[in-house]
Amino acid sequence: MNSTKFGEFGGQYVPESLMHPLKDLEKAYEEAKNDPEFKKEYDYYIKEYVGGPSPLYFARNLTEKLGGAKVYLKREDLNHTGAHKINNVLGQVLLAKRMGKKKVIAETGAGQHGVATATGAALFNMECTVFMGEEDMERQRLNVFRMEMLGAKVVPALSGTKTLKDATNEAIREWVRTAEDTFYVIGSVVGPHPYPMMVRDFQRIIGDETKKEILKKEGKLPDAIVACVGGGSNAAGMFYPFLEDTDVKLIGVEAAGKGIDTPLHAATFAKGRKGIIHGMKTYLIQDDDGNIYPVYSISAGLDYPGIGPEHSYLYHTKRAQYVSITDDEAVDAVYQLSRSEGIIPALESAHAVAHALKIIPHMKKDEIVVINISGRGDKDMHTIVSLAAKEENK
Amino acid sequence: MNRITAKFEELKKADKTAFIGYVTAGDPEIEKTAELVLAMEQGGADIAEIGIPYSDPLADGPVIQDAALRAFESGICVADIFACVKRIREKSDIPLLFLVYYNTIFNAGNEEFTSSCKDVGIDGLIVPDLPMEERDELKVYTDAADICLVPLVAPTSKERVKEIAHEKSGFIYCVSTMGVTGIRDEFNENVTEYLKDVKRQTNLPIAVGFGISNREKVKFFSQYADGVIVGSAIVKQVYETGGDPEALKSFISGLTNNN
Repeated sequence: MNSTKFGEFGGQYVPESLMHPLKDLEKAYEEAKNDPEFKKEYDYYIKEYVGGPSPLYFARNLTEKLGGAKVYLKREDLNHTGAHKINNVLGQVLLAKRMGKKKVIAETGAGQHGVATATGAALFNMECTVFMGEEDMERQRLNVFRMEMLGAKVVPALSGTKTLKDATNEAIREWVRTAEDTFYVIGSVVGPHPYPMMVRDFQRIIGDETKKEILKKEGKLPDAIVACVGGGSNAAGMFYPFLEDTDVKLIGVEAAGKGIDTPLHAATFAKGRKGIIHGMKTYLIQDDDGNIYPVYSISAGLDYPGIGPEHSYLYHTKRAQYVSITDDEAVDAVYQLSRSEGIIPALESAHAVAHALKIIPHMKKDEIVVINISGRGDKDMHTIVSLAAKEENK
Repeated sequence: MNRITAKFEELKKADKTAFIGYVTAGDPEIEKTAELVLAMEQGGADIAEIGIPYSDPLADGPVIQDAALRAFESGICVADIFACVKRIREKSDIPLLFLVYYNTIFNAGNEEFTSSCKDVGIDGLIVPDLPMEERDELKVYTDAADICLVPLVAPTSKERVKEIAHEKSGFIYCVSTMGVTGIRDEFNENVTEYLKDVKRQTNLPIAVGFGISNREKVKFFSQYADGVIVGSAIVKQVYETGGDPEALKSFISGLTNNN
């Protein structure tokens, strides 16, 4: 097996200009990974700065209400900056520092990864440029202000559909030009090798903490783990430590948008085929000629036409199962979790909650389900409020 | 013999540099593309590169990105482009290459795409997002069909050049500077050293592209390379003249000084 791939997926489908920077990155990451000092520094910032480990919370009310399996919530929403994204950013920014890079660039969709990168850059005194689709800058103005507050420069991506995919293209184009002094902080388990592997390694803390905590609380592993999947970093990090534990069902939840039988969705496995995007071979939503098809989800974080190559591998080998949830189901799940537990999840995470709500009532009372609450919902209040207003006006 | 290889041999004997011109298929519309390619030939282009528009052209700057958008607006599809190449082949023996992103090929199937190229008379493929590490999956088919899979080298390729340039036919595409395609006023001062270094490491002709936009630069790079590639400047010209073949012909003449 080629070490840059997961089975047939992944690889390095990039312009030759990027091969040298990618080899440098690969080498630097291998060294850092085997250096106990690097791990120590990462752990220090996760604990003291991010506020980790995030709790694994027993959702008593929801458990009683659903009357099936016991429900635990992995509270990545409690991390500094409000989502799991910071775990990965800290790892990459520490690596950038180690490589002597003073500038970082990043792409962002909803702005969560952009905010996390701007945060890491501020912390380590680096120059930060974030590419964001012009469309997304409109939709997520608050996060644009947050990034600017943190000292980052936000550059609108004006090409293509002006969303996350195009912001990623712009970031890659910029990196081709500036790779010598610039580190590209990718926000998900996507892109050319070594990014999908490296980002998963920085996110596996989610699964590692979950495993440790559930064994402490329940003395056994969960029966099912549910996480949302756009590019798939929170799910990849959550699943990875459980891959060998084949009794644990791993479920990734994609965005079905207005429904997978409409053109408005981002359900990569339900509707995609194998292809190449952003330097990787993976499942991809594309037209008959292989052009990448515009995707849609109410949650900007799941609005991505591809998916991390490791997920394609897990899908192919059937180790993980992938399902999809519509906008309406996700919004309903935001209300349900908010009212039963006092926790407002991000719209992305609400996709995982929504699927869990469907399966839990059919499970036994001594079974356990863990839902990854990958981020908090503050950023989505505007979307949900305007949706509610529209409903009222009907 | 492959038309590209033959052309470079012919030019070498005449002590000339190959001029390679690029147009995006379907910009402004596919009916014009064949005429524009023939106009380039009449203007003095030795080899023509036809870009297949792609939704996410990672290696291209704004000029060629916009050309792709215009092509999509005109309703282009890959099958139309093959039909267009067939029409060009009825009238001309100019060596023809596709500039094509890998997903376009992979989506059609490596074997199927290569055989369609062979059928219509395409001589080579430039695939900007298929580095040496990944190219074997396509190369088995292009080799068998005697289609050149043109390898690209960049200023940072350094120790990789030898292995990348290990080819039997065609030419080596040297990316002039780091970055995407587009018109540039300045090039890195080390660019000549870089080209000499690539030249030392291969027996094949080398052609240089990215950023070359006028006669002066074409002349400058002719001293160091066997071929010079002009893309964005031609695409810009085609756009500004609404795809007028006569205007393109004289523009190319101006670049090649063949008039």
